[in-house]
Amino acid sequence: MVIGGGFAGATCARRLAAQGVAVTLVEPSPTYLACPHSNLVVAGLRGLEEQRFGYGGLREAGVTVVAQAATRVDPNERRVVLADGGRLDFDRLVMAPGIEIRFDALPGYDEEAEDLLPHAWRAGPQTDLLHRRLAAMDDGGVVAMAIPANPYRCPPGPYERASLIAHFLKTRKPRAKLLLLDAKDDFSKRRLFLREWETLYPGLIEHVPLAQGGRVIEVDVAGRRLVTEFGSVRFDVANVIPPQRAARIARESGLVDRSGWCPVEPLAFESRLHPGIHVLGDAAAMGAMPKSAFAANSQAKVLADALVAIFDGRRPVEPRLINTCYSLVAPRRAISVAGVYRPGTNGMLADIPGSGGTSAADASDEDRRMEAAHADAWFAAATNESFG
Amino acid sequence: MSRALIHVPPRARAGEIIEIRTLVQHPMETGFRPLPEGGFVPRLILRRFECIYDGAVVFAAELHPAVAANPYIAFRLRATRSGGILFRWIDDQGAVREERAGIEVI
Repeated sequence: MVIGGGFAGATCARRLAAQGVAVTLVEPSPTYLACPHSNLVVAGLRGLEEQRFGYGGLREAGVTVVAQAATRVDPNERRVVLADGGRLDFDRLVMAPGIEIRFDALPGYDEEAEDLLPHAWRAGPQTDLLHRRLAAMDDGGVVAMAIPANPYRCPPGPYERASLIAHFLKTRKPRAKLLLLDAKDDFSKRRLFLREWETLYPGLIEHVPLAQGGRVIEVDVAGRRLVTEFGSVRFDVANVIPPQRAARIARESGLVDRSGWCPVEPLAFESRLHPGIHVLGDAAAMGAMPKSAFAANSQAKVLADALVAIFDGRRPVEPRLINTCYSLVAPRRAISVAGVYRPGTNGMLADIPGSGGTSAADASDEDRRMEAAHADAWFAAATNESFG
Repeated sequence: MSRALIHVPPRARAGEIIEIRTLVQHPMETGFRPLPEGGFVPRLILRRFECIYDGAVVFAAELHPAVAANPYIAFRLRATRSGGILFRWIDDQGAVREERAGIEVI
């Protein structure tokens, strides 16, 4: 049984079914809207419908898709309770429920504020809304982004978004400014992003790190201000990316610890709190491995093979996992960071020393263009693997 | 020492408990970081932080090498009278950095 039909859950379900395992996927939404590439939608460079994937490919692969929300998991009875009252029994449960936006973390930013100041951190109506807000802004306006501390979904995502918003402003509203209020000092691919911004968008983006008072502590929706620890900033359009935690079903099933995420062991991502339940993707605390669609897809394949081994009475092979995050800094121009991971001595996934790295700082324009082509190819391959 | 950021509410009622926030940019070099050629990067940390208000030290902290770079210190005090609030950071070598902020107590 798999709960959640995103990159992690869908990939895992398809790979299990391909190996002859009877799989049920529980996912209430009839289609999935992918987050990778959705920053292009924010910048008006891509249609939201290009982000949409259905579950027909899973059904064709032999997966039983149940279009219901799972409301409760009973780990002892090995049973999932559905929103319509139905019950499903399982031998092994894979939870891939993703994230939940924390509306209790930033005073002033609650569910109602989301409609006024879109976070757009789950692809969907929020993504289009943020684009419409940007498109409607007067030239000369101030766009402010509030960026959270780690961990959160897609570590380089806010900076890719900043790059593409900057591109939108440069081409459509050249007198506008983009202000990044950041709750941390360092971030994924920081040197590459800063260098690209200096070249592509000189004077347009201002990044205020934690050490310069960048952490947003309150949102004044009516006054159109983001309040930081040492001041406040007026904006015309704001994109508040709030702190996040594992989705509700994971919390209500007792899989989440004080960190807000699901602790798992690093061989088959089995919950440290409930054996027999495996957690994949953004909801899990995966040690050094970031919360990304690429990572979710890698983990899903490892877990599917591990479950087949477990069902056959074999011990899962110690895995090696890969993650690559491509970030577009402009249309057809990208940078990337890659990592390779293995179970570490601390019982969590750890970086393999000497592996991975980022794009070269002095790479040519042609290299940057190639990386954007790789990003497109990865998106096509990953969504094909997940959804068929 | 470079920038220091201070947050003091501009106005408070007499007797009100107010929150003060400070952040000073400082590397807080621990002295434990090895150099490639051997030896260690010399220690240079902020040793002490003081807040002086209404003629008295109202808050002080001793800092140690485990404190992260750019120390952020927040604390509360009781607003008693209008005037200046003095913030002072002292490093290992005795260098002193001071900042002032005003408050109006009504």
